[in-house]
Amino acid sequence: MTLLYTDVEDELRAAVRDLLADRCPPAAVLARVEDEPHDLDLWKTLARDIGVAGLLIPEEYGGAGASAREAAVVLEELGRAVTPVPFFTSSVLATHALLQAGAGELLRGVAEGDLTVALVVPFSVSPYREVGGAVTVTDGRLTGVVSAVAGADVADVLLVPVDGTLHAVPAAEATVEVTPSLDLTRPIATVTFADSVAEPLGAVDVGRTLRFGAGLLASEQLGVAEWCLETTLAYVKERYQFARPVGSFQAIKHRLADLWLDVVRARAAARAATDGTALAAAVAQAWNAGVAVHVAEEAVQLHGGIGMTWEHPLHLFLKRAKSTELALGTPGDHRDALAELADLPGPVRAEPDRPELNRAGLS
Amino acid sequence: MDVVDRFLENAPSDRLEFLRARFDAGLAWVHFPVGLGGLGAPREMQQEVERALAHTPQLDTGVQAIGLGMAAPTILAFGTEEQKKRFLRPLWTGEEIWCQLFSEPGAGSDLATLATRAVRDGDEWVVDGQKVWTSGAHHARWAILVARTDPDLPKHRGLTYFICDMHAPGVDVRPLRQITGEAEFNEVFLTGVRLSDDLRLGEVGDGWRVAQTTLMNERVAIGGAPVRRGGGMIGLVADAWRERPELRTHDLYQRLLALWVEAEVTRLSGVRLREQLAAGQPGPEGSGMKLSFAKLNQALTGFEVEFNRDLGYDDWAFRRSDSVDFLGRGPGYRYLRAKGNSIEGGTSEILRNIIAERVLGLPSEPRVDKDVPWKDLPR
Ligand SMILES: Cc1cc2nc3c(=O)[nH]c(=O)nc-3n(C[C@H](O)[C@H](O)[C@H](O)COP(=O)(O)OP(=O)(O)OC[C@H]3O[C@@H](n4cnc5c(N)ncnc54)[C@H](O)[C@@H]3O)c2cc1C
Repeated sequence: MTLLYTDVEDELRAAVRDLLADRCPPAAVLARVEDEPHDLDLWKTLARDIGVAGLLIPEEYGGAGASAREAAVVLEELGRAVTPVPFFTSSVLATHALLQAGAGELLRGVAEGDLTVALVVPFSVSPYREVGGAVTVTDGRLTGVVSAVAGADVADVLLVPVDGTLHAVPAAEATVEVTPSLDLTRPIATVTFADSVAEPLGAVDVGRTLRFGAGLLASEQLGVAEWCLETTLAYVKERYQFARPVGSFQAIKHRLADLWLDVVRARAAARAATDGTALAAAVAQAWNAGVAVHVAEEAVQLHGGIGMTWEHPLHLFLKRAKSTELALGTPGDHRDALAELADLPGPVRAEPDRPELNRAGLS
Repeated sequence: MDVVDRFLENAPSDRLEFLRARFDAGLAWVHFPVGLGGLGAPREMQQEVERALAHTPQLDTGVQAIGLGMAAPTILAFGTEEQKKRFLRPLWTGEEIWCQLFSEPGAGSDLATLATRAVRDGDEWVVDGQKVWTSGAHHARWAILVARTDPDLPKHRGLTYFICDMHAPGVDVRPLRQITGEAEFNEVFLTGVRLSDDLRLGEVGDGWRVAQTTLMNERVAIGGAPVRRGGGMIGLVADAWRERPELRTHDLYQRLLALWVEAEVTRLSGVRLREQLAAGQPGPEGSGMKLSFAKLNQALTGFEVEFNRDLGYDDWAFRRSDSVDFLGRGPGYRYLRAKGNSIEGGTSEILRNIIAERVLGLPSEPRVDKDVPWKDLPR
């Protein structure tokens, strides 16, 4: 496996980037973000014309049969534009669950771009903990409440994992209530099932899906970081203070050099994480999540007052970065996971009470 | 691999003879031209060759580091055919060790201000000056040397690049004891050293450009070496951690996990850089590898000392070391030696400048020395 981009990946990137430059400049995202964040027209074009919706779906179900590498490149571009479309939630996360459950018919719909799906778990769930308990099944009907679900507001079908089985619930069967979210460009919603009709699809190991998603999310974080770095570089070159471009001051240059190095390493980590192993995903999340946040925070700082304004799109990226830091596990969760994956055992647990201290009268 | 198999069929068993034969078979640097230790093959192939020859006699990359990492690529890029034929083979086999006569007491980061003079005398050059921090000069047969050949030009333009004969009369190498107690580097005094003109590398006055090739290769050589996942310094630290459960603390644990991640992403970006490099010479991006390696190595060695809770030190004896033996000595040595990683081969501050200006295109700071003849510069 190479960590570079292949020609096919470069072509796909160019197609997506061109479309986004046209239809989704930061100003356009900003303009719609308070009323109707998701851009479903754009999503249709991306899904059908460029064919990203079915990237990860095998050809037998009408998909492109591509690998995680191509999906990762699309995510980089979507991150670079904080594009408000449900690619990650529907075509990556939920699709992975559908593939596990072997849900051919739904996959076909997703591949064609007709159907948008969402995995009903809190977006901040850790891939390393048991998920579930919030929803129960009785006689084929679901009951329960799940909050902070990403992509649910625009999903046609909700995919609910309950006790190792994936259930499909038509959106109309549930109540989906959008709640204010830190990330304006990826809304979250509270999903309530009250005796909702559900169709069991097959077995699913949600942890696997979440780990797969976490690995790919690193590419979106890379895109966010890249945009922030490039935008900041352009700004410090043109902004003059003290009769010099701000970017000619060494204190600023060194910070940007360090950010660049963080991003270079984030790119390598994101590429490596497309191999689908748990270890590479954990490494990429432990690194990239923090890098995206750090670069976005530095970008705000180095833009000075402009960086604090609503008018400048930078805040959309900071919000995306900070939210994805929590999505599918925090960097700390992923580092904890590495303890086992990389064989780094923790400290031996201290004795609950320490009689020898008591004896010495030191307690 | 056919070439390797064919070579191994008739390979001599004596170590030196084996290495010579390997060079002659083009398996030293496969991307070098045929006859010069290579096959004119893509660089990527080297890894396969190394794997296939893993159990055969190896180079001493410690003592040979400057020859392999800096002199060889510079000679390949700027040397005449005769120079390449003369120097590359014994350089690679380790029969001739190289050192680097760049830094001077008055010119470190600002290398282009250096004062060592080379004055032409017929077919020879006469060199006078003082170099410092010269690693391995005490066992070097040859040196790469930058000297000033025209003090009337601005600093970057009056330099010329030479190969210096370390056995020539007038070369005086004196040990310089360092922070670790030993003397790995030296002061080198050059007094009336005569070098024939065929030891010049590149054109007269073109020394800065030639030196750039050396420096960019140096930055990839320091910190760009391939390691396996969890190997190198993090491997050492992780092994100590696994072996001494009684020393583990929660505070150190969080740091260890974060360092493990940083080591891994740094390793991965090294792999990626080498894939990119497969096509040609390193660019300024290589500085990033050195910068991240230095920071990481320092964090890891500092961590190791703290973890061990050992107030001792293995050996302060003043001695001439053969090479930097990072792994062969104790944590205290490693901690101290790692401090050099952010100084040698360009300080981390200089590397950040390079990244900022040459990779990111940020404007340079106002320059006071640009068009001033070197002899008029404040020093
Ligand atoms: C272990 C070791 C081995 C070495 N081996 C060799 C060798 O084999 N051959 C050889 O030629 N040299 C060698 N060197 C020398 C090395 O290249 C120089 O020490 C290095 O380039 C720094 O120069 P200096 O020591 O003069 O520091 P200075 O240039 O005086 O720097 C002092 C401080 O100022 C900072 N500084 C300087 N300029 C700037 C700037 N423009 N912006 C911001 N900060 C700045 C530096 O980063 C540093 O922190 C070796 C050094 C070490 C430590």
